[in-house]
Amino acid sequence: MKILVAIKRVVDFNVKVRVKADKTGVELSNVKMSMNPFDEIAVEEAVRLKEAGKATEIVIVSIGPQAAQETIRTALAMGGDRGILVQTDAEVQPLAVAKVLKAVVEKESPNLIVLGKQAIDDDSNQVGQMLAALLGWPQGTFASKVALEGEGVAVTREVDGGLETINLKLPAVVTTDLRLNEPRYASLPNIMKAKKKTIDTLAPDALGVDVAPRLTTLKVEEPAKRQGGVKVADVAALVDKLKNEAKVIG
Amino acid sequence: MTSLVLADHDNASLKASTLSAVTAAQQMGGDIHILVAGQGCGAVAQAAAKIPGVAKVLVADAAQYANALAEPLAALIVSLAGPYSHLVASATSAGKNVMPRVAALLDVAQISDISAVVSADTFVRPIYAGNALATVQSKDAKKVVTVRGSTFDKAKTDGGSAAIENVSPAADPGVSRFVSQALSKSERPELTSARIVVSGGRGMGSGENFKIIEALADKLGAGVGASRAAVDAGFVPNDYQVGQTGKIVAPELYIAVGISGAIQHLAGMKDSKVIVAINKDPEAPIFQVADYGLVGDLFQIVPELTKSL
Repeated sequence: MKILVAIKRVVDFNVKVRVKADKTGVELSNVKMSMNPFDEIAVEEAVRLKEAGKATEIVIVSIGPQAAQETIRTALAMGGDRGILVQTDAEVQPLAVAKVLKAVVEKESPNLIVLGKQAIDDDSNQVGQMLAALLGWPQGTFASKVALEGEGVAVTREVDGGLETINLKLPAVVTTDLRLNEPRYASLPNIMKAKKKTIDTLAPDALGVDVAPRLTTLKVEEPAKRQGGVKVADVAALVDKLKNEAKVIG
Repeated sequence: MTSLVLADHDNASLKASTLSAVTAAQQMGGDIHILVAGQGCGAVAQAAAKIPGVAKVLVADAAQYANALAEPLAALIVSLAGPYSHLVASATSAGKNVMPRVAALLDVAQISDISAVVSADTFVRPIYAGNALATVQSKDAKKVVTVRGSTFDKAKTDGGSAAIENVSPAADPGVSRFVSQALSKSERPELTSARIVVSGGRGMGSGENFKIIEALADKLGAGVGASRAAVDAGFVPNDYQVGQTGKIVAPELYIAVGISGAIQHLAGMKDSKVIVAINKDPEAPIFQVADYGLVGDLFQIVPELTKSL
């Protein structure tokens, strides 16, 4: 079985982003970039399936600027076999990402696609579902457990009320949630090995995909800042404040 | 211009998040229809018909919609989409699962998790864990939108008398099957609609220790939440998680206990009206957003607070 993992290079989760003064977006220059944390979980899951003898090849795909090669290298050091970078400096919105990935899937014919449920930059939570729709494949979103069973895959999903398990016919798309696994750190020998692995670079045009944005960002603003309040001395003071100042308890 | 709002429900009752989605749809303008897709979901349709401002309730009652599987449900929504300008759902796990699939099948963008409606084609949505608000305009003929429940008032649940109309099921793609569910059973209010929420973090130390959080919550009639750290550590189930990628809440009172206040957690609760933080570390970032902070040992403070209420 071949697994395709799609990853995104995003602002590191520890960075407190700042909105640009001209309100066109957030400040991205000189900001630490990393692999989207949910995508790290996706890479880890694919590697574990390969280690368990259930998968034979892991292809890592990313769409983005040249620098996204580094992110692909990280995934290769974790255990991916080879990479594909669909290189563009343009903004690629989720529907276009799904279309690009569909074109890659048609060339690569994987049996399973694993990707993060959401990128922590635009917080859209769309690509996996859109890709599944375009391919006509089933989707197992927000996965906390993935078990390959013959012609299908059982996916346990984190839903609002708890957990739900569904069974999907392969090929299928799975999007990862936080509890699926804990991604490994790449070892130094594996980082060295990853340098020799192949990364093919393609242009979106070569895949015949129009990536023109459908949504126009009119402005990006900072949300109203919440004022820090006061520290109270003890429980009695807290109860008094809640009853008589905030009036949120009776 | 007419919006089709997807009802979020469990075949027995309509979830409150749907009421927020209706309010958002009202702000987009035009008529509002509600789609109730499920199995044996007549009571849900009756409830939806009573929401003031709803013109029509469409009911698709068939086995393939019993568990809101994305593949058959998306096929149904697409089969009905023709006359609608807006397809709207709440940004709950059900809405987040199915709506992007609908958008892609219609070849339109989705606008996820909106926090405000500017006009029929322009919306505000939080990005970067709520550290920025983007105003985006859709150029597509149909707008597929999911709605952040905590930022829209809930529509009323009585006074309306919409017509209820049965619609035919769409062909089931037959590629997915529901196996089982393990839902958390709780008598407490649902996290996203509770007036008060008490949440515990890593500082709780164990799942057993969450008992003191639950005792406080029960005294206040509150819902119980948790930080990612507490869920990852296995103290409580995943559905307790409040944060960027968990549940977004905005209760009147949010009490954060043993939670340091990572950006990702703040993203899920910083719109609460009043925030109380209880933490032994006076430098914890949670105090920067808390209206009232209490520094000290939560294992003493929380039981004392429960007793004094």
